[in-house]
Parts: sequence; C-alpha cells; structure tokens
Amino acid sequence: MKELNIENLHVTVGDQEIVRGLTLRVPRGEVHALMGPNGSGKSTLAKVLAGHLDYQVTAGKVFMDGENLLELEPDERARRGLFMAFQYPSEIPGVTIANFLRAALQSRLPEGEELEATDYYAKLYEKIELLGMDRSFTSRAVNEGFSGGEKKRTEILQLAILEPKYAVLDETDSGLDIDALKTVAHGVNSLRGPDLGILLITHYQRLLNYIIPDHVHVMVAGRIVRSGRKELALELEERGYDWAREGAFEAVYTR
Amino acid sequence: MSSVANHEVAKSGSILSGPAEFREFPDWFRDQQRAAWQQFESLPQPTRKDQAWRFANVGLLDLGPFKISSPLSEDDRKNILKYSSGLDHYAARMIFGNDQLIERDVVSDDLKRRGVIFQPLERAIVEHADLFRKYFMSTEAALGSAKFAALHKALVSSGTFLFVPRGVEIEQPIEIFHWLRHDDVSIFPHLLLVTDELAKVTVIEHFRSCNRTAPGFACGVNDLIAGPGAKVTYVCAQNWASNVIALQMNSTTVDHDASAMSLNLHLGSRYSRFESLSRLIGEGGRSDLLAVAVAKHEQEFDARTLQDHVSPHTASDLLYKNALDDRARTIFGGLIRVEPHAHFADAYQKVRNLLLSDDAEANSMPGLEILADNVRCTHGATSGQIEEDQLFYLRSRGIPTKAAQRLLVTGFLDEVIQRLNHSAIATHLHRVIEEKFAA
Repeated sequence: MKELNIENLHVTVGDQEIVRGLTLRVPRGEVHALMGPNGSGKSTLAKVLAGHLDYQVTAGKVFMDGENLLELEPDERARRGLFMAFQYPSEIPGVTIANFLRAALQSRLPEGEELEATDYYAKLYEKIELLGMDRSFTSRAVNEGFSGGEKKRTEILQLAILEPKYAVLDETDSGLDIDALKTVAHGVNSLRGPDLGILLITHYQRLLNYIIPDHVHVMVAGRIVRSGRKELALELEERGYDWAREGAFEAVYTR
Repeated sequence: MSSVANHEVAKSGSILSGPAEFREFPDWFRDQQRAAWQQFESLPQPTRKDQAWRFANVGLLDLGPFKISSPLSEDDRKNILKYSSGLDHYAARMIFGNDQLIERDVVSDDLKRRGVIFQPLERAIVEHADLFRKYFMSTEAALGSAKFAALHKALVSSGTFLFVPRGVEIEQPIEIFHWLRHDDVSIFPHLLLVTDELAKVTVIEHFRSCNRTAPGFACGVNDLIAGPGAKVTYVCAQNWASNVIALQMNSTTVDHDASAMSLNLHLGSRYSRFESLSRLIGEGGRSDLLAVAVAKHEQEFDARTLQDHVSPHTASDLLYKNALDDRARTIFGGLIRVEPHAHFADAYQKVRNLLLSDDAEANSMPGLEILADNVRCTHGATSGQIEEDQLFYLRSRGIPTKAAQRLLVTGFLDEVIQRLNHSAIATHLHRVIEEKFAA
C-alpha cells in the first residue's frame, strides 16, 4: 500500500506524553489537513516523523510504503522520500541555498556519481520562478536574515526540488501575510499529484481556502478526535475546537 | 632543546651551521646576514614560560634535523610547475621550490612602463638597492619570534619584491608559490610588498609541499607596506605537508587613509605559528586581519597578533575562525594596543572556535592596552560546538551526518572568506578546504 501509515502512536517529551495513540493514514496522491489547537501535539507529530531525537516514541508504528520509518535515521528517512517543512526552519550561516540543495540531491545519488551541475541549476531556477523568487536568492545563506515569508517559501522550494513521496508541512501558514500565503499555496498546489502525499498541519482554516484538502482531521490532546471531508474544516471554524473536544468520545474515522 | 645543544648535533648542511657564503649578494646584505646570524645564536630558544609562547608546544622547534635547501632536478622543476595551479587569472606570478626561483611570469609591459617592479629578491637587492634596503625587515618581530626573524634574515636567499608606484592599480591578483621539496629541507620564504600613494594590489601566496608527509621547516617573513590611500589585499593559503614545522612573521604598516586586508588560511603542517603585526601609523588607516584554520589530528596552529594603533582615527578589525577536530590544538594570543594620542580608534577582535571533537583544544588570550581616550574597542573569543538543530535540519534533507557537519564547518568559515569580497579567491580557498576534508 502506497501510504504513510501511523498506527496508535504514543510520544513523550521528557516525562510528558504528548501524542497519545494517534492513528492516521495518508495515501500517496492525497492531501490531508491535520488541524488542532495549540498544544494538541501536531508539531510533535511532525518532528517525530522527521526523526528528531528529543522525542521518544513509547508505542505505535509508522510505515512509509510498508517500510518501518521509526527504524531509520533522519537522513535515511529523507532519502527514502519523506520531507518535512519546518515551522521554524534553522538558519545555516555561510551555506548558500544552492550549495545546500546540491548537497541534499547529491546525497540521493549512488556513491561515486556526481550531480550534473547544469541540469541542477536549470531545475533550481525553474522552481525558484515557480515560487516567485529571484535567482539571486539561491546564493543567500539558508534562512539567514530571511523574513517569515521567505523562510516558508524556501521550505516549499526545497519540497519542489527534492520531490519526496510524502511531505509534512508544519504550520507552513504561520506568520504569513495574505500575499505570501497565496504564493506558498500556489507552490504547494503545483506540486500536488498522484506521486505525492501531503500532511498539512495547521491551526487555522485560512490556509485551507487556498490548499483544498481531500481530508481533514482534528487533533486534540494527542489524538485524532474527528475526521471528515474538507467541509469539516469550515464546520470547525464555525464551532471552534471546544466542539471538536466534545466530540472526542464519539470520534468516527470516516475513512 | 637549547640552541647550544642544537649546535652540537648540527651536521654539515644543517641550517644550524650558519649562512652560506656562496651567494653573490652585495656586501651590505652579507654583513646584515652575518649580524643576523649572531643575533640568532645569542637569542634564547623560546620556552613555554615566555608569555609570547604560552600554550605552545615549543619542543617541536628543534631545528637540528633541518638542512639548507638542496638543488632541484629537472623533473622536480617540471612537476612543481605542473602542480602550481591556483587562480585562473593572475597579473603575474613567481614559483619557488626549495627557495629557488623556477618560473616568473612578469607583469604586463603596461604595468612595467608605469613603474611596477616585480622581481626576485636577489635581483631587487642589486637593482633597487635603496628602495629595498629602506623597507627590508624594517619592522622588528615584536610578537615572540625575534630569534626566528633573525634566522630568516641570516638565511634568506630568495623571495619576492613587489613595488606598486603611485596611483597604479593592478586589477588581477599576483600569485606566489613556495614549494617544499625533499625531506628535512628548510626554506625562508620572503615577500616585501611596497605600495606607494593610492596604489592598489592583491597578492596571494600558496605554501605547499611536493610530498604530503615529508618533514620540513619553513620560516617566512612578509612585510606589507600600504602607502597613503593605498589598498593592499594579501592572502596566504598555507598547506604544508603534515610533518612540517612552520613559522611565519607578517607585518603590515598602514599609512594615512590606506587600507590593508590580510587573510591567512591554515590547513597544513604539524605546527604552524603565525605572527601578525599590524601598525596603523596614519590617520584614517584601516587594517583587517582575517584567518581561517582547519586543524585535524595532532596539528597545532599558534596565532599571535598585535593591532597597534599609533595614529588617531584608525580602525582595525580582526576575525579569526578555527575549526578543530581530533586532538588538534589552536592558540590565539592577540593584543589591541591604542597608543597615547591615538584617539578615536576603532578596534575589534573576534575569535570563534568550532570544536568538532571532545579532545580538541582551543586556547584564547585576547588582550587590550588602551592608552588614549575616545576609543571604541571590543574583543571576544568563544568556543562552541555544532548546533544540534542545524545538524538535524540538514539531515532532515537527506544529507548524512558527516557531510552535514562538513557543510556546517564550511559555512562557519565562510563568514571570514566572504570578507575578502573576491569571488575567485574565495572559490579557490573553499576548494583547498574541501580537499582537506576529503583527504
């Protein structure tokens, strides 16, 4: 089965359990929105999927196209086709976007094989234009001194270049004004297709006006409490997270 | 080991048997060499107790095994020429192997006509005696290596003299290569760069060994004179073999409204000491002191600096970055001195160490001596490790840990290299750094 399959996942940070039995499937080709209030465990889930060491998986499994993801190192996960767009991407002084992405692509090639520079730059410039950025941007140091919008666009640029099988976008809309939001959404939409599964983590319904999800899940206190079609996001917007919380006991997995 | 003990083990051909008499230098120069030799012999061998040698592994300074330079074969010359590749474009270059001039690409006729002098030292001593004599080792080695400066003066046999006259700007960099060939050989690289008013020039020196493990000794002196309003950029890419002991004494004199920038890249050698003295002698002068070191295995890089503000309204800015792995050591001893009456000086000093191993050791001794008023001065030295978040970020893109660390180190050092604002030289420096990582 071509899907990202999270089964009964439990995650602790320190001695606190943040994710408490989360089950979620994102098939390739679909966009799933994961919504939830602050502290519901959304970002923790994203970091665990990427392999961050500060988070301890105490139970549950994650499979990517049938492969046990949790056994892999963070860089192996990425090379097998997982991508995470960070909510707060790191600044990497002195390393240009061009060199950074080149190293990332190089790492996907068999040993001894060199990345073809001309093709690489052609692809880089094509994607740069897709995201409405200037070519000179690629010679700036990764995220250093970037505005919030520039950081998020750079995350989507990386998504476009690295062509993963699954992408987890963690609060990609946070801190963006409406124009930046549209640009980022346009970038994501242009990458949608049968070969990419997207898990879109967001606090607000706003982003979902621009990236229309196939499914919406609501996460409260470390679990999915409601799942539904895209209309669920609107209902949630209208009724608020308290309504979703009330529904926690009657959670129905509609898929 | 004391110098007396050194003497006892000195064999014929050893540098400790004194200056050779076969060179056909003018009398005044030979007299200087003899006097310098006596000075070398009378000065004590440094010990760790000397403040100027604190933390240094002075035991490595046993010069007994090192020989006066030996002649090169035709093959040696051919090979050295073949491997002397640096920048794609240069205005002129000189290539030395074992202190012998192998090739000289002269400056263009136009520059020659405008008075640029680019000559090997032995010719300049004769043809431009007055100019040469006025500036040759005119600044005392004040940072601890007076003994080795004397040794250099006694044994120097070749090198580069570059004079850029008033208002002449040399677009492309001038390149100089110094190669060590043969085991245990010693060389005494010399550069005397004199710029007149409003002149502009960039010089890059490459220090290399033919054999990557051959022991050797390099004892170099650089004197950079920036005339009024002149702009001098000096870069040194030091990549000696892993068993070389190297001492380098640089002095920069900056006249009014002139600016001098020097960048020293340290990659090679077993022990490399680098003294950099920058004197700001005219109002409006500015000096940038930059250094980048990648230290691995048991390498030791020992940097001593003095930013000496003699005149008011002068600026100096030092930025040194070291990346240390394995059991490598670095030492930084740097003093900012603002002399009386040198008011309104701006002096900065920043040293950053990136420790890639628990066994690496970075020693920093920054110092201030401010004898004037209205001075802006900051200094600081810090050591840190690779940021886990940055490493995770790179790994989350598929880059394996080792490659990610390399990328972060390169980025850490890049801040210094960017200060040069010279993309061709930056590209070259990054390439040789890459080669060291790959080795």
